[in-house]
Amino acid sequence: MSYAFDFSDLSQYADVLLHGVVVTLGLTGVSTVLGGALGVVGAALVLRGPAWLRWLIAAYIELIRNTPFIVQLFFVFFGLPSLGIQMGEIEAALLAMTVNLAAYAIEIVRAGIESVKHGQYQAALSLGLSGRQAFRYVVLPQALAAVFPALLSQVMIVMLGSAVVSQISVQDLTYAANFIQSRNFRSFECYIAITAIYLVMAILLRRLCNGLGSGLFAGQKR
Amino acid sequence: MNDFTIWDMAQGLLLSARWTVLLSLIAFVGGGLVGGLLLVLRLSAGAKVQAMIRLYSEIFQGTPLLMQLFLGFFGLPMLGIEVSPWLAASVTLTLYTGAYLVDIWRGCVEAIPRGQWQAAASLGMSHGQQLRLVIWPQAMRIATAPTVGFLVQVVKSTALASIIGFTELTKAGSMLTNAVFQPFIIYSMVAALYFAMCFPLTWYSRVLERKQGLALKR
Repeated sequence: MSYAFDFSDLSQYADVLLHGVVVTLGLTGVSTVLGGALGVVGAALVLRGPAWLRWLIAAYIELIRNTPFIVQLFFVFFGLPSLGIQMGEIEAALLAMTVNLAAYAIEIVRAGIESVKHGQYQAALSLGLSGRQAFRYVVLPQALAAVFPALLSQVMIVMLGSAVVSQISVQDLTYAANFIQSRNFRSFECYIAITAIYLVMAILLRRLCNGLGSGLFAGQKR
Repeated sequence: MNDFTIWDMAQGLLLSARWTVLLSLIAFVGGGLVGGLLLVLRLSAGAKVQAMIRLYSEIFQGTPLLMQLFLGFFGLPMLGIEVSPWLAASVTLTLYTGAYLVDIWRGCVEAIPRGQWQAAASLGMSHGQQLRLVIWPQAMRIATAPTVGFLVQVVKSTALASIIGFTELTKAGSMLTNAVFQPFIIYSMVAALYFAMCFPLTWYSRVLERKQGLALKR
């Protein structure tokens, strides 16, 4: 092998790379907040809601879990406009990522709620809390503490999966990779560098969230 | 241009779904071999080899599959290997699948109580025999449900091969969209076909899980 690696001119694209990192992290952050909130609401509805709604949510979860993210993304970006629902590429990416994450989050949070012993709920009621308060202040915090690692790894999957939003021309980190290699023709180096950035981001984010989790759920250890 | 009927489109997509199935099988069989080999090494070899295997699965699980595909497609030619999208997708997906399977299976082996190893050792079995005759048959029972579940992820991940120009179901959907301008119908059909491939696997994995839960309760 006589290939000479040359990473030297990557530094001149620092601003492109930084922009890509910001977009990727931003998309992940927003879809995590929205998807997580939907996950909690969805899980509560699956456990307590009317039968037709449960059935609807179950169908939604199966549909999302059994189709590739890229097809969901293309459906949102290319398919929905023919129903008159127009949106930009960032909105489409956010919508697809949120809808995707929420489906998994509902399943995860539901499992967490089911893992909390029923006595906890009854004890909260006996202290005079309403059903809603018991769920909000007693059951939910324990449930989230139990499933935090699972939720976190799902967020990681969404972040890594978000690389495909470059295909609908969102200017994320992968888009930056394609942009740079089309300028300097050093595709191998460029993809190696960007892959390394993704890896570092994944590792740092996991560290950060683990720290956040143990702070947030201190005293919830069972 | 719009003289394609829905049936024509469905037929075209159905034909291209063959390549999705084939690529999934290649990735799964190849990944299974890689994962199995690495698992044996992980359980038997020295600390250095184990650390390397950990690094391998960390890298493949911590980076986007799309990047891995780009590296396979643009990287292998740098090593002097001529690659088609077929080869790049097969190799990359095999390595990707192997990286996950080795972790899943290792977890299953570790779930077998330590006493089983020790009991087998006390019967005079070698390390290989312990693994093959005592541990693996038990671990395999636990491993089937998550392995079938992971197969769903393999099928879905083959959709990314469309981006490096491999004509499977997703790529066929994009090409068809460009020809007949009916993205809503076409992507619905593409999604339906993926669903038809994945849902039986999801369902089967759930059945296995329930059976296993019952067995453990007994």
